Amino acid sequence: MTYTMSVDWIACDGRGLCAELLPERIAVDEWGFPLVGSEPMQADLLGHAQKAVAACPKLALRLTESAAG
Amino acid sequence: MTSISAPDLQVEGRILPDGIGAGKQRELVTHQQIHGPLDLAVSSADVIAAVAAAGLTGRGGAGFPMARKLTAVAAGSEPVVVANGAEGEPASSKDRVLLSYAPHLVLDGLQLACRATGATRAYVYVHEGPLVALLESLVAARRTAGVDAVTATVVAAPARFVSGQESAVVSALNGGRALPLAVPPSVYVKGVGRAPTLVQNVETLAHLALIGRHGASWFRSVGTEREPGSMLCTLGGAVAAPGVVEVPIGTRLGDVLARAGGSPGPLSAVLVGGYHGTWLPAGQAMDLSLSVEGLGPVGASPGAGVVVALSAQACGLSETARAVTYLAEQSARQCGPCLNGLPAMARTLTQLAGRERSRGLPERVLELAALVEGRGACHHPDGTVRLVRSALSVFAAEVATHQAGVCTATDDRPVLPVHPWRAGGAS
Repeated sequence: MTYTMSVDWIACDGRGLCAELLPERIAVDEWGFPLVGSEPMQADLLGHAQKAVAACPKLALRLTESAAG
Repeated sequence: MTSISAPDLQVEGRILPDGIGAGKQRELVTHQQIHGPLDLAVSSADVIAAVAAAGLTGRGGAGFPMARKLTAVAAGSEPVVVANGAEGEPASSKDRVLLSYAPHLVLDGLQLACRATGATRAYVYVHEGPLVALLESLVAARRTAGVDAVTATVVAAPARFVSGQESAVVSALNGGRALPLAVPPSVYVKGVGRAPTLVQNVETLAHLALIGRHGASWFRSVGTEREPGSMLCTLGGAVAAPGVVEVPIGTRLGDVLARAGGSPGPLSAVLVGGYHGTWLPAGQAMDLSLSVEGLGPVGASPGAGVVVALSAQACGLSETARAVTYLAEQSARQCGPCLNGLPAMARTLTQLAGRERSRGLPERVLELAALVEGRGACHHPDGTVRLVRSALSVFAAEVATHQAGVCTATDDRPVLPVHPWRAGGAS
């Protein structure tokens, strides 16, 4: 089982908490919106990723299971 | 050079037959005389099988197989069907022309789509303006004549670029704003009133009405093996007679443009697929066929059938800058990268087209393109990026001359229309 991060772009306000909590995987663009990439989440970062998802004040960050890999 | 206007019609074909004057097919009796009766006493499975055998795909731009949509929606309970005529693209007139000239074909197709899915609720969603009253009167006439199993409700859409996007249609019909929603869930699963919803372009429904009458083999007798049938195209720019034509899918682009009387002078490029589409060098474009298969190898697609010829005397960079400025204004302003990135891209392109001597303008455009791509709830940023990248590639020589302070264009009259079409055409 692998996990991929995605953003609900309508909900996202660019508050930037996710990038602070998961700097290993989330950068922000020049307007403050997250760049999450499409690569599967490394197993050792999964816990941090879940915390970032839970911390998003707009509930805009998602961690989705994908069966492949 | 002229921009596209609906009255300039050159129609000939299946859903817009030649020699039939405007308005005639609005009479139900005339429509029935021309096309013959439509049998609505058919099973869902029969309609879906006929659509699958015909290979009919959506004509709103995405080209999704209709049979798969029908099957998905039919599997749900109490589905809803929507005829989507809210074409937001200023360079496209084909849905408005179809609804003005052959509206009963669309309404027939809507009935068959209700049969196929088991829907008991149906909507006709068109831009605000005269088409609303026209369609309301036609739906009432059909009700009086007793030809419909489901009486459709006509709903007006605001005249903006994204209001015809599938999830925006559903949002509007649910009483919200006509703006794209976050997906999933897909509208096939949860749409109008949370019911599974089929949103189908009006042209697709018109083709369905003819498949219902003449069958799949007849439908496949034009077009290509993989992409059967005909499609409506809006031809504009440097052509003798801009307007809407119906052509078999797979027609050579040079022959498509010939249907608009050809071009008065040499062309530099052709825009295929509209403002979310692709510029192609004119020399390359003419021999390509208007199909997904024919245009795919050069990174283009027929989209909703917009083809604009650009004169060699016009400036492709200025045209692109104007179109992108329009697209930036038309952002639903819901998604950060689109809200910020499209105006930034438009400004940079405008600087480039204006021969500003700032360094790195093309590089900055490409950087912004990479920043907005794939980062929105709908296709608007991605479609805009496609247009922009193709412009920098096709007009690469002009990019270089503009950076040196020179524009070689001799005709600065605007080609691409950037105002939402006035809701006329039904008068």
